[in-house]
Amino acid sequence: MSELNFLPLSGILVVILGFAFRFNPLLVVTCAGLVTGWAVDLDYLTLLETFGEKFLNSRQLASFLLLLPVIAILERYGLQQHAKSWIASIKGATTARILSVYFVVRECSAALGLINLAGQPQTVRPLLAPMALGAASNMHGDLPKPVRDMISAHAAACDNIAVFFGEDIFIAFGAVLLMDAFLRENGITGIEPLHIGLWAIPTAIAALIVHLFRLARLEAKIRTQIALHAEQNGSSTSNSVAREELA
Amino acid sequence: MSTMTSSASVQPAILSIENIYLLIGFVVLFLVVKTLQDKHHPKRLTTALFWGLFGGVFLFGDLSVAYLGESLTYRWVGSFVITIAILAGMGKVSMGSYDVPSDEVQTASARRIGNKLFIPAVLIPIVTVVCTILLKDIQVAGLFVFDQSHVTLAALTLACAIALLVSWKFTGGSPFQALGESRRLVDSIGWAAILPQMLAMLGGVFIVASTGTAIQDLVTLFVSPDNRFMLVVIYCVGMALFTMVMGNAFAAFPVMTAGIAVPFLIQGHGASPAPLVAIGMYSGYCGTLMTPMAANFNIVPAALLDLKDKYQVIKVQIPTALSLLIINILLMYGVIFND
Repeated sequence: MSELNFLPLSGILVVILGFAFRFNPLLVVTCAGLVTGWAVDLDYLTLLETFGEKFLNSRQLASFLLLLPVIAILERYGLQQHAKSWIASIKGATTARILSVYFVVRECSAALGLINLAGQPQTVRPLLAPMALGAASNMHGDLPKPVRDMISAHAAACDNIAVFFGEDIFIAFGAVLLMDAFLRENGITGIEPLHIGLWAIPTAIAALIVHLFRLARLEAKIRTQIALHAEQNGSSTSNSVAREELA
Repeated sequence: MSTMTSSASVQPAILSIENIYLLIGFVVLFLVVKTLQDKHHPKRLTTALFWGLFGGVFLFGDLSVAYLGESLTYRWVGSFVITIAILAGMGKVSMGSYDVPSDEVQTASARRIGNKLFIPAVLIPIVTVVCTILLKDIQVAGLFVFDQSHVTLAALTLACAIALLVSWKFTGGSPFQALGESRRLVDSIGWAAILPQMLAMLGGVFIVASTGTAIQDLVTLFVSPDNRFMLVVIYCVGMALFTMVMGNAFAAFPVMTAGIAVPFLIQGHGASPAPLVAIGMYSGYCGTLMTPMAANFNIVPAALLDLKDKYQVIKVQIPTALSLLIINILLMYGVIFND
């Protein structure tokens, strides 16, 4: 019966455009708030008060700042170096095994809140990708470029997937506190961040199983790719990896 | 596990949420002083202003509500927030200069301290969980130790303090040195540290503007509110798709949850909120894995690793992301309904 009113959605459009044009996210989000308020005819002071009220009432989101001194002091005394040498000491390495061990360690440490312990620039490029490539070339000799790219891409994917699906278990992570703040704002009480963190565990385990299963098949895939490349060895080979990856 | 934390009656506690906010305020204030002392900082004053405004909200927020009233407090906090956004938007917030020991020195101390380096980090979650579950009711001199309506956060604060003392013992670096060192981490996170709070704020504005109702109307055009399974599918797939568009699950979450999960699943079908939001957010993360909009995770590594196809990381991630999205849908449908 009620007529549809889509003006309140205008803020979403601002967010989409803002992110698409790579403006600073803080600015985009603030503008989206202003535009939404303007679209539904909130007066200026009410909107300003809404901004202040919601910001003040979600201060618990900043509590991760209390963790950083601990991480910082451990890093100063070599936490990253120790973690690196620890991973590097693992014996019997194949590409799939290296990536699997890294995945498990990364997901577990993210669940403990150590999200910044590793990452694409810190560990994947200098450490994980070279180790994965090194193990493959130990076994197969020189690797063709498409195979190298496939292994490197898998290294990057390992880091992303492991950290994403591990971090929400940790209750001081922004996402968990954001969910907690959201529920409070909407009048849903009696939920502690710990409950939300616990419910992240089933998906985290599923992510572990799914991705380790895929990694277990990676060795065979590398072998197939190399054989394929040796067979064709022409200029038309480079497309085959992309096609295979999508299959 | 009881969930009887009453939010109506406020019981005094040593680690009350107000005291935790004050503590965060002092930590930020310390960082501001350190920033001002950093003579080689390219954007020293504006970066200090950015964090100073942010810290001010923590130090004076509750005091101001008590003495100036809510309305006036919300106005100055709102103005601070807009200033913070403008400072960040104009690129006036940056890294400073830090005195970091060389890689050799760090490696040497890593060898000296060994696996003890992991202990303080592992202590934080353990202490937090133990306090939350076992020690939440303890009292000292008639005062609760932990804020009864924010038990987890209070326990986390205590855990951080303990971890800081333990790392002092193992590394020899004092808590003050630790605070100073944390400026490097805070600066490298930069404005992103405030993004979750800004998105919570946007979510609040969306509530006032009834944005959720507009999405609700949109959803009812396509699916019957009685069809539980389709509602779960719409919420999870919606989270993934909206995250792909926005490049950030945090931004998608308040909108999709207020629009679909709260009215249809929680209010409509009595769904259990904790698993609903936890799995809902993870459905958003499945979207993050499949979008070039999440550039830091998907496009930057392709450049770092010198990949010929800059979408190859995404292509590798798609099978896992889609499998997990399906698993999330089934899992959510299986666990959120109590009847």
